[in-house]
Amino acid sequence: MLAYTIRRVLMLIPVLIGMSLITFSIIHLIPGNPAQTILGEQATPQAIEQLEEQLGLNEPYFVQYGEYMMSLLQGDLGQSLRTNADITNEMWPFLAATIELTLFAMIFAVVVGVNAGIISAWKQNSIFDYTSMLIALIGVSMPIFWLGLMQQWIFAQELGWFPAFGRGNPRDPVETVTYFYLVDTLLAGRPDQFFTSLGHLVLPGVALGTIPMAIIARMTRSSMLEVLRSDYIRTVEAKGIHHLSVVYRHGFKNAVIPVLTVVGLQTGTLLGGAILTETIFSWPGIGRYVYEAIGTRDYPVIQSGILVIAFMFVMINLIVDLLYSYIDPRIKY
Amino acid sequence: MTEPVLNVEGLRTHFFTDAGEIPAVDDVSFYINEGEVLGIVGESGCGKSVTSLSVMGLVPNPPGKIIGGTIDFRHSGGKVEDLRRVSGRRMRQIRGNQMAMIFQEPMTSLDPLYKIGYQITEGLRRHTKMNKKEAHRKAVDMLKIVGIPRAEQVATEYPHQLSGGMRQRVMIAMAMACDPELLIADEPTTALDVTIQAQILELMKKLNKEKGTALMLITHDLGVVAEMCDRVVVMYAGKVVEEGDVRTILKHPKHPYTQGLIRSLPKMSEREERLYSIPGTVPKPGSIKDGCRFAARCPHTFDRCVEETPELLPLAEGHACRCFLYDSLEGGGAHDRSTTAEGH
Repeated sequence: MLAYTIRRVLMLIPVLIGMSLITFSIIHLIPGNPAQTILGEQATPQAIEQLEEQLGLNEPYFVQYGEYMMSLLQGDLGQSLRTNADITNEMWPFLAATIELTLFAMIFAVVVGVNAGIISAWKQNSIFDYTSMLIALIGVSMPIFWLGLMQQWIFAQELGWFPAFGRGNPRDPVETVTYFYLVDTLLAGRPDQFFTSLGHLVLPGVALGTIPMAIIARMTRSSMLEVLRSDYIRTVEAKGIHHLSVVYRHGFKNAVIPVLTVVGLQTGTLLGGAILTETIFSWPGIGRYVYEAIGTRDYPVIQSGILVIAFMFVMINLIVDLLYSYIDPRIKY
Repeated sequence: MTEPVLNVEGLRTHFFTDAGEIPAVDDVSFYINEGEVLGIVGESGCGKSVTSLSVMGLVPNPPGKIIGGTIDFRHSGGKVEDLRRVSGRRMRQIRGNQMAMIFQEPMTSLDPLYKIGYQITEGLRRHTKMNKKEAHRKAVDMLKIVGIPRAEQVATEYPHQLSGGMRQRVMIAMAMACDPELLIADEPTTALDVTIQAQILELMKKLNKEKGTALMLITHDLGVVAEMCDRVVVMYAGKVVEEGDVRTILKHPKHPYTQGLIRSLPKMSEREERLYSIPGTVPKPGSIKDGCRFAARCPHTFDRCVEETPELLPLAEGHACRCFLYDSLEGGGAHDRSTTAEGH
């Protein structure tokens, strides 16, 4: 297991290098002179020269790449052209907001999706099965902006159960340490604010988690149906083991691998910034941060955003792969 | 006379499919005495596996359902329970504890994600008051009893690290862990090499003798029957066609189907031009409404065979056969036919 983990981590090095090459070249893929494009048509030659100097565009490519890598390895993503701030510092609150929302959405999606899938497979062709699969079908086919707006209308506007916008109460801020509001509010000793922040997560989290939930439910069901028919499940039943143990301990554990794959991919997608959801719910996440950078042609921010999102995707895949071999002793590459 | 451990009367298990109702087990009765080895013999699709699953309460539902009959199981204390009428909860207490089963496919019958030791202790901890440590010790003991070398280590291994023969030994260890009164083995050696087959059979025979566990052995292999069984039930197309003690069935089979089965065994001593085979194939279950189900393939068919359905006729003490050849209604002719039928 340890040897496999080390090998699997070492295999990341070429992937990460490839990733950095791609993000590095983004600025050079702009047609024409990058500095000119960034500054626009009316830019003075002095301004262009200054920007080229600032971005190091006059250096040979490999020197530029070398410097880019050196600063990346030091955790330095460069400066924003718009605000001149360190991107590493500037991006973190947005990234934290996205991670918090994604985790909430995925926990919702996994808990509901997996259980719905398991029960549907166990009670195949029952009312529960038909109903939950119908809901799952609606879930995958529903446009997320529509679902988000409907939720806001029903649960925020009409019923007033949950807030529709933002991350917390802006009039009574708590000290931000990690920028995960659920953590910060607890660190500040403010459980009331903790629940406020939790409430703010509900609507965007459910909206964001609906599609993954539906996909997970369907995947769990089909995988479980196959496993529940297998010989070893009959063996467990022949031992007189309780249904729940048969279905969850033996059934689901054997059915979990494809589900895990889907969960990993979906988490990666959500971390990439759910721009629609973040916009609808005014959620200050990474998707909106990068989107605004595109609007202002803030190339270093765009580069960094892509790099960070790709990095998280790779990390999630690593975790999923390690989980595979932890769950199934036969998987050893 | 000892009371039987298991007494099945008029068992009917039907499958309800899109193609209609299929009577996989149709009015099957048999019993197994304490410590006895009963063989249930027949071709693929004759209903012998479904019979064993019915006894265990493991018929996949839907589409299968037991629709008639009684399955009387006698506990070691003498209490008799009809397994068809007990609750699911009670059935789970009996299953794996007083009654256990070994399946045909050792390669796929163990959960690939759990260690061998865990899979044995799982049943032990369910049915006994043993703690983790005691159950583990018992599991290792069971592995030793079924002849697994390095038992301590095998307990910490996963199924894919073991060979087919070893896995079947593990299955037996698992089934025998709670000291059941009845062990059902559904073609336990079919998927194994011949040499391993012999070892597994010997092991089951040994456990049957030492622990007095009654054994219900499902097989299509008459060699296995000769080796292992005290009594035999021959099934054809969902019905019992003949039953008797192993000597009678193998030496003096009465039913034309049993005779055919025995004739189709290759003999070491003779070198025949062609191996004998019963002409035709097993009829699709449910396709024959009236008459004997074997009539289309039987060398002795006469009018009555397709018009009426034969009953299981007692021929001698403990020997019965479902064939009109032996029906006294046929008068003197029956005797002639029986000798014809027997002479081969």
